[in-house]
Amino acid sequence: MTNNHDLLKDLAPRKFGLRGKLWSGLLILVTAAGVIAYIDQLIQGQVVTNMRDYALWGIYISNFVFFVATSFVGSVTVAVLRLTRNKWRTPLVRIAEIISLASIIMAGITIILDMARPDRLLNLFTHARLQSPITWDVIIIPTYIALSFLLLYFPLLPDLALLKKYFNTKNSFLSKWYGRLSLNWTGSKMQKALQEKSIRIIAILIIPVGILLQTIDAWLFSTTYRIGWDSTNMGAYFISGAFVAGLGALITVVCIVRKVRKLEKYITLYHLDKLGKFLVLACLTYLYFNINEYLIPIFTATVEEETHLNELVYGEYSFLFWFSQLVGLILPIFILIFKAGRKPGPMFIAGFMVVIGSWWKRYIIVTPTLLHPFLPIEGVPESWQTYFPSLHEWLITGATLAMALLIITFLIRYLPAVPIQRTAEEMELYRTEKELEP
Amino acid sequence: MENKTSKTDSRRDFLRKLTSGGAVAASGMALYSLTSCKNKSEDKATLLTTDGKLVQVSDSEIQALEERSVSPAEARQGIPGKKFVMVVDLGKCKNAKKCIEACDKHHNLTPDRPYIKVLKMQDNEKSSPYWMPKKCFQCDNPPCVKVCPVGATYKRTDGIVLIDNERCIGCRFCMAACPYSARVFNWGTPPDEDADITYSPETSVPSEVGTVGKCDFCPDMLRMNKLPHCVTSCPNGVIYFGDEIDDTVSNGEQTVRLSSLLKDKAGYRYMEELGTEPRVYYLPPVDRLFPFENDSDNFEGT
Ligand code: SF4
Ligand code: SF4
Ligand code: SF4
Repeated sequence: MTNNHDLLKDLAPRKFGLRGKLWSGLLILVTAAGVIAYIDQLIQGQVVTNMRDYALWGIYISNFVFFVATSFVGSVTVAVLRLTRNKWRTPLVRIAEIISLASIIMAGITIILDMARPDRLLNLFTHARLQSPITWDVIIIPTYIALSFLLLYFPLLPDLALLKKYFNTKNSFLSKWYGRLSLNWTGSKMQKALQEKSIRIIAILIIPVGILLQTIDAWLFSTTYRIGWDSTNMGAYFISGAFVAGLGALITVVCIVRKVRKLEKYITLYHLDKLGKFLVLACLTYLYFNINEYLIPIFTATVEEETHLNELVYGEYSFLFWFSQLVGLILPIFILIFKAGRKPGPMFIAGFMVVIGSWWKRYIIVTPTLLHPFLPIEGVPESWQTYFPSLHEWLITGATLAMALLIITFLIRYLPAVPIQRTAEEMELYRTEKELEP
Repeated sequence: MENKTSKTDSRRDFLRKLTSGGAVAASGMALYSLTSCKNKSEDKATLLTTDGKLVQVSDSEIQALEERSVSPAEARQGIPGKKFVMVVDLGKCKNAKKCIEACDKHHNLTPDRPYIKVLKMQDNEKSSPYWMPKKCFQCDNPPCVKVCPVGATYKRTDGIVLIDNERCIGCRFCMAACPYSARVFNWGTPPDEDADITYSPETSVPSEVGTVGKCDFCPDMLRMNKLPHCVTSCPNGVIYFGDEIDDTVSNGEQTVRLSSLLKDKAGYRYMEELGTEPRVYYLPPVDRLFPFENDSDNFEGT
């Protein structure tokens, strides 16, 4: 029988071990390299990228779309799990919310990195034009950041109060901060009622906001005449893609945290099994939309559409296209559909494949379309007809990914990755249920 | 810097002279018609003000006025009572690229970001290829304007779509939205960025790093009742320019009725089906003046 003290000891944040330190050090290094590259980009302008007049968006944008997609995981777990009161969610929601917050913050930063004149950022507010999808993004991203933050923070309050007590003797500095952040949580009836109500409101809000966020992201593309973007399928396509990317990221992080923090007792095989099935469902849905997007147009494709599709299927982008379809979607389905595939090891691999596949999938959505405009690409240097990111772009993009991981790592370092209070309550419930059984 | 102040001073001086008679010479166009009686042998020119007085003005002052740049705020208005259009006769183009040269020169453009491109087009395998000069179509329903988050690109009453590069944030959404790839971007610092010229969206100079650019229909020339540079520089009279309200277009040598030109020669607009309503018309490449000669590398830049 686990008593509350053991529980606290298991779940309370712990100092980094050697691995943790090396990992954080590496991430900081990657981030620093990216910051230097970005400063250079500020000085020289975006000539340092390989974007040019035709490939006018590159990995900054596809990386942005990727972050937006993974940030959806917070809404998903809330929508599907919290509101339907699915019990197996408990040890997973916090990690999902952490990923969500880190991703959406990085999405906000990434889109600024893509702006050639970040010094004029304020124009977005002072000269805002409501009919531009970018303005919708300017509104929706901060909203989603705020909601994701609150959704992480409010359920944390009881845990923070517990941690304050727990660290009282061990680390008075940490204890003081946990105390401050817990906003004097005592667990009184009134506080509980207030907390529950606030969480419910945010949980309900974050679903439409999350869906809007994904859709607006899709509209950035579908409001243009470009082949491959100009599709009414886009909104739903992006939402289902976000399910996949978000759950893939969740599985990957959950597997790592479970192993590193030795949480096998709390994040059990049962939880992983459910999560694995959930990802299969998401992948199948996304596959359905991919068929709609790539296969069905064959029947009515105009010449331009056909060129675009051929380029993807057998042409220059065929490797990345098939990589994102096979490694990012079909193989993970095959792994996770079997019970043996939903064990920690294979599941981690499947989750990781999904994440990598999802990242390249966004690249495949952004780049080939831009290089197939209606009018031929002529009268410009030869090299402008193709695009592959420059060193600067890789460094900067690498840094955004590292920063996202850094945020996740530090939040997991200082916050209980698995909700303590809730787990305790559920265990209590479980015990009483057991005792009541004849 | 000094140069700039002296220029502004002489401009002010000039304006004072002109307005001394009580006439306010605000429009460059009204003055342009007067500059024609400029006496070339001397440094001074005699001008007629709008209220009928003669004034002596030095050449440098005229120069300053001709270069008077319209401020970004004024440039949003458009020239009253006008609807500019362009007609490109594909039957006459032989890829002489003089339009590109002239446009590049006047907008200080490097060869890799011209406002006009002459594209090699072939509608189907059996029809013969032809050259198609292509610039911004100044769409009446411009997709680029719709998506700009800060209103840095806008549509004016005279039909012209301009860019205010002092407001542009460099998001390139307008470039993605333009179906005709008409826009170019200043990826690095353009050579003229620090030039001592007052910026105006009507001249599009100086360009600025991290902002977008495109054919502007040369409103600075239009204000002086002159034709855009690409029109006047074309040796074959391919490009006609004019005003839809007047129903006249001119290629510099020949002035014709817009409506009959489009009717007689079956004028069309590129990709009409998109509904962008371009203000640039094409005349089909029939009755060619020149055979199509293919020089494989169409890019002559660095
Ligand atoms: S041609 Fe392109 S840039 Fe010009 S007005 Fe039309 S959409 Fe805008
Ligand atoms: S690049 Fe400039 S002009 Fe184009 S949409 Fe962005 S802010 Fe507007
Ligand atoms: S109208 Fe002016 S800006 Fe446009 S292509 Fe001609 S010269 Fe260049």
